Amino acid sequence: MNPILLFAEYSAVGIAAGGIYALIALGTVVIFKSSQTFNFAMGEMMMLSAYFFYTAAVTFAYGPFVGVVAALIGSVVVALVIERFALRPMMGRPFIAIVMVTFGIGSIIRGLVGIIWGPNDLQSPAILSRAPVMLGSLFIPGKTARAFAIAVLIVGALIVFLRYSRAGIALRAAAADQITAYSMGIDVRRVIAFTWVIAAITGCISGILMANVNSLTPNLGLVALNVLAVIILGGMNSIGGVLVAGLIIGWLESVTGFLLGTEYREITPYVLALLILLVRPSGLFGTAEIERI
Amino acid sequence: MMSRLANNQSVVWAIVLIAVLIALPAVVPRYWVYFAGILGINIIAVHGLNIMTGYTGLLSLGHAAFVGVGAYTVALSQSKLGLPFYLAIPFAGIVAAIMGVAFGLPSLRIRGLYLVIATLAAQFLLNFVFVHWQSVTNGDAGLTVQPATIFGYPLNNETRAYYLILFCDVALTLFAINVIRSRVGRAFIAVRERDRTAEVLGVRIVWYKFVAFALGSFYAGVAGALLAYFNQFVNPEQFGLVLSVFFLSAVIVGGMGSTLGAVLGAVFMTLLPEFLRGGGLAIGGALGFDIASILVPLRETVFGFLIIGFLILEPRGLAQLWKRAQQKFLTPRIAADSSAVGRTRVGTEQPKRSQGSHNGETS
Repeated sequence: MNPILLFAEYSAVGIAAGGIYALIALGTVVIFKSSQTFNFAMGEMMMLSAYFFYTAAVTFAYGPFVGVVAALIGSVVVALVIERFALRPMMGRPFIAIVMVTFGIGSIIRGLVGIIWGPNDLQSPAILSRAPVMLGSLFIPGKTARAFAIAVLIVGALIVFLRYSRAGIALRAAAADQITAYSMGIDVRRVIAFTWVIAAITGCISGILMANVNSLTPNLGLVALNVLAVIILGGMNSIGGVLVAGLIIGWLESVTGFLLGTEYREITPYVLALLILLVRPSGLFGTAEIERI
Repeated sequence: MMSRLANNQSVVWAIVLIAVLIALPAVVPRYWVYFAGILGINIIAVHGLNIMTGYTGLLSLGHAAFVGVGAYTVALSQSKLGLPFYLAIPFAGIVAAIMGVAFGLPSLRIRGLYLVIATLAAQFLLNFVFVHWQSVTNGDAGLTVQPATIFGYPLNNETRAYYLILFCDVALTLFAINVIRSRVGRAFIAVRERDRTAEVLGVRIVWYKFVAFALGSFYAGVAGALLAYFNQFVNPEQFGLVLSVFFLSAVIVGGMGSTLGAVLGAVFMTLLPEFLRGGGLAIGGALGFDIASILVPLRETVFGFLIIGFLILEPRGLAQLWKRAQQKFLTPRIAADSSAVGRTRVGTEQPKRSQGSHNGETS
């Protein structure tokens, strides 16, 4: 095959995979924006949702549609419980402590999933068609392409929603200045809980999509660590930035895999994150809220 | 006078503890000695992370990778340079410190999450190097390490290596206590608590962050070096993200910013899986469950609950619980010996954060 064509194909597949990164990153960024909390449990929330989906759709045999609804409800409930009982008591505490709490939550979820569902791979029911999509002469695997379409649709819809809805404006107000927002009648606690709901939804859908493209294991959530690079590149507090950054990271991963060998895929996001830290810590779209000392 | 009395008592207790530890291999089974060795190595690594995260407030998710750098440095300096252990161990510490600073430096100037990301990147990149730089690290298969040799006498079993670890533990614990008591240690705490104020008062924050990061990574490197001599074997699997999180849990459970806490946390977190296994298997056997297959996830769950529980309910960790227990059971006796003035002093001397150095003396 023509190497240029091959490169183009790898690029397309990479960009398609980046859609899911954008979806995961969006959930992380809204939480960060509202409460300066970096949620290291995002990957585990995502993985747990995929297990909810599997349980409703396969174990109880209600089919994929009920599975998605059940997974959405389940993950929203879990996110609200986490916010209420683990994060809210930590309000105002040092940032290290809060980050470690989210790490602890991740550890608990991974452990519980291992206890309940076991360590083996489960085969998630196919909700995406396998039929490949042809872009001209480029061949894109069907599941990846459809997952991309769904992810980008949802990210786009959420970006518009957060831009124009009351809730979105309240979120931006709380992010800009908590005290002022509070005194203007915005319930900052509810805004924070609301961002956890958004994170639950994006995590849930990305989890189900990931389980469909790959398979379902307790390690599914590890992908979410790569999203750190997406968030850094997009700018920590830029909601729109995640879409562009997610696609760039997905593309870079795929292309380095093609050019240097697949083993380099796994470190691409981290090398990139380090470079961004060196060159432009505020990322592509972040406002310069970097505090240098 | 009170404090001198307490001091003398602490020194006596420390000497008793060290004597017990020296006698330990003679009385307990070999498996326990092995376990004590691992525990000693963990204590050193946790001291390092406690200096960075606990005292200075620099959160590192890459501590295990720096431990790995130390271990590989020993393996390679032995086979390529023929360094004896008394040079290889400090050398491993220095190499790890250089690596730590190289990764940490760009983000030490920026507040917040950036250092976390840089150290996480270090964790993955260094592990990648361990696995994929085949010609030097021998990939997944790893490297074998010859035991340390003193005057032609090889430390080739658990008990002999245990004494080397014990020596390093005592030396590095004393060093940590003294660093924290010095000007440098107070600067660390000032940086953690109020960096702006510290700067105004003439503490060079970036420099002290740099020192804390280098020192913490040095400890990690030494721990790795000892691990290499102890296992006589190094491979990449030993130094994953799980281990980094383990060290952080130990710092939190023990009590951030307390040298005694670092020791207690390391002891607690190292022993916990053993208790879980023992208890789990016993309960499972009694009830007819197969606990063995869920031990790993069970451990993760318990670790998670411990981290969150301590952070929410007792942020100063086991060190604080220890202190409270001590006040409850020990102080009345001391107070009875001394004057009424002494008693009120005990009452007002409520432990503040800086009590870590004082605590350390009892360990």
